[in-house]
Amino acid sequence: MDYTQEYKELLEIYRQAEGNPAVFADQKVAHLIVHQNRVLGSHLVPGLDVSPRETADGVDLKIKVLPGVKIEFPVHLCFGVLPKEGVQRINIETEVGEEAGVSLLAHCIFPNAIKVQHLMEATIVVRKNGFYRYNETHFHGEEGGVVVVPKARITLDEGARLETYFQLTKGKVGRLEIDYEVEAGKNAVAEMIAKAYGYGQDLIKIKERCVLKGDGSRGIIKSRVAVKEDASSEVYSEIAAYGRQSRGHVDCVEILQGKARARAVPIVDVFEETAKITHEAAIGSVDKQQLETLMARGVRQDEAVDIIIKGMLK
Amino acid sequence: MLKIENLSLKRGDKQIISDISFTVGDGEIFGVLGTNGAGKSSLAYVLMGSAGYAPDRGRITFNGVDITNKTIDERAKLGITLAWQEPARFEGLSILDYVLLGSEKKGHQLAEQYLEQMRLNPSEYRKREVDKTLSGGERKKVELASILAMKPKLAILDEPDSGIDMLSQEAVVSLIKEIKNYGGSVLLITHDEEVIKVADRSALMCSGLAFKVGDPPEIIDYYKRNCKPCPTRVYPSLKDG
Repeated sequence: MDYTQEYKELLEIYRQAEGNPAVFADQKVAHLIVHQNRVLGSHLVPGLDVSPRETADGVDLKIKVLPGVKIEFPVHLCFGVLPKEGVQRINIETEVGEEAGVSLLAHCIFPNAIKVQHLMEATIVVRKNGFYRYNETHFHGEEGGVVVVPKARITLDEGARLETYFQLTKGKVGRLEIDYEVEAGKNAVAEMIAKAYGYGQDLIKIKERCVLKGDGSRGIIKSRVAVKEDASSEVYSEIAAYGRQSRGHVDCVEILQGKARARAVPIVDVFEETAKITHEAAIGSVDKQQLETLMARGVRQDEAVDIIIKGMLK
Repeated sequence: MLKIENLSLKRGDKQIISDISFTVGDGEIFGVLGTNGAGKSSLAYVLMGSAGYAPDRGRITFNGVDITNKTIDERAKLGITLAWQEPARFEGLSILDYVLLGSEKKGHQLAEQYLEQMRLNPSEYRKREVDKTLSGGERKKVELASILAMKPKLAILDEPDSGIDMLSQEAVVSLIKEIKNYGGSVLLITHDEEVIKVADRSALMCSGLAFKVGDPPEIIDYYKRNCKPCPTRVYPSLKDG
């Protein structure tokens, strides 16, 4: 089978979403392009081992960054389903070696979806003093027929660092169910940020949990969600502190307009007296002073709301 | 330019502003001096048209147009703006974009000029946002830079000097004078008798009343003698007997 057309189409949508397709031709930049269950392209760089295996409805991936290797440029992953219907199940096992580091930029593209499921299950281990940054951005069409279920179980060894950034603010969400759980060892640091914008009948559910197991571990969970029309959002952010001097913070802001519904459930569990976890959660309409400040510069109310929401989700 | 007639504001059971009347002329710096809680900021919100601050009574006209029931953006389009005492923070909005929000001219270089005018080094701020990472003083300077960029016909400045370091106070005074120089007016709200000296005329406000309008030296003198020692913020003229 010739998949040239799908390859071209994915890159074109990527370009329209302000991505630079030239990265996929750059020899210094590692990449992997998957359409449904087909690997359409891949390129590796020294120190990075990626083994994809095509399955009936997706791809199993093993990603390994060798100890001591810091991958210079972000690895670009492109997952897409171009037809109106389909399932894409991505299973990822990742290991970042001791003193190693990698950044991954994942672009998930479902422009024509009416009945598409994108299911991701990831197991990630970041070894001692390793670094792992995962940035996932979605590009959806306006039909809203996508079910996105990313699930990750992450283990951070001593001194390891994790940053996740999930963004679904372009196109219609459909149904989103994030489920991330991190266990942080001694002096490990986890920072998880999720942003989504729902409208119509969109359903957004974000569940992030960070267990600060090691002494001196740190965790931040930050969520920014805006919903309007009949959309609804639920954000469950949980930090549990067991380690001595561990520190954590939960920061959730949800803006709702019209008949939309939003729920924030920050859970803070502290099992060690020297640990400290803080949380802030705000749900409501657009902040009055922000709105009036912009209007006092001559910006119309609807434009001002747009500026505030876009800024929050940027 | 601005005419306030018999303006009153009640919030709940509390009378916040009582029957205030005064005018601010073209190119005039009009000061409003008063202790904390006198109703100065509430007056600013009423004049800007802030939600929850619609007057119970009275009329506000601006260049002959009745603006009493106009929305904030409608007032802004007429050339009125407000610099809040504690300006709002915005995630994801760059300082340079924020400064030029109300400006007819665009271009980041221009925004940087206004930042410089407010004693902010542009190279340190061009990549930053109007968010929580700015200190109170920095945020205030950014707010005032955005007022400069807008070139309003009437700038309502609520405690423009508060939170700003001593070295930059001069920039605040320069800003006020610059607005006057291009023919704009300033309603300068403050509790500081030093700041009010820049005004052409002033009103003294207490317990929601603007009971005395006159030259700044006269107002300052009265304020020092009567208002500052007044522990209960009782209407000073009552205390005078």
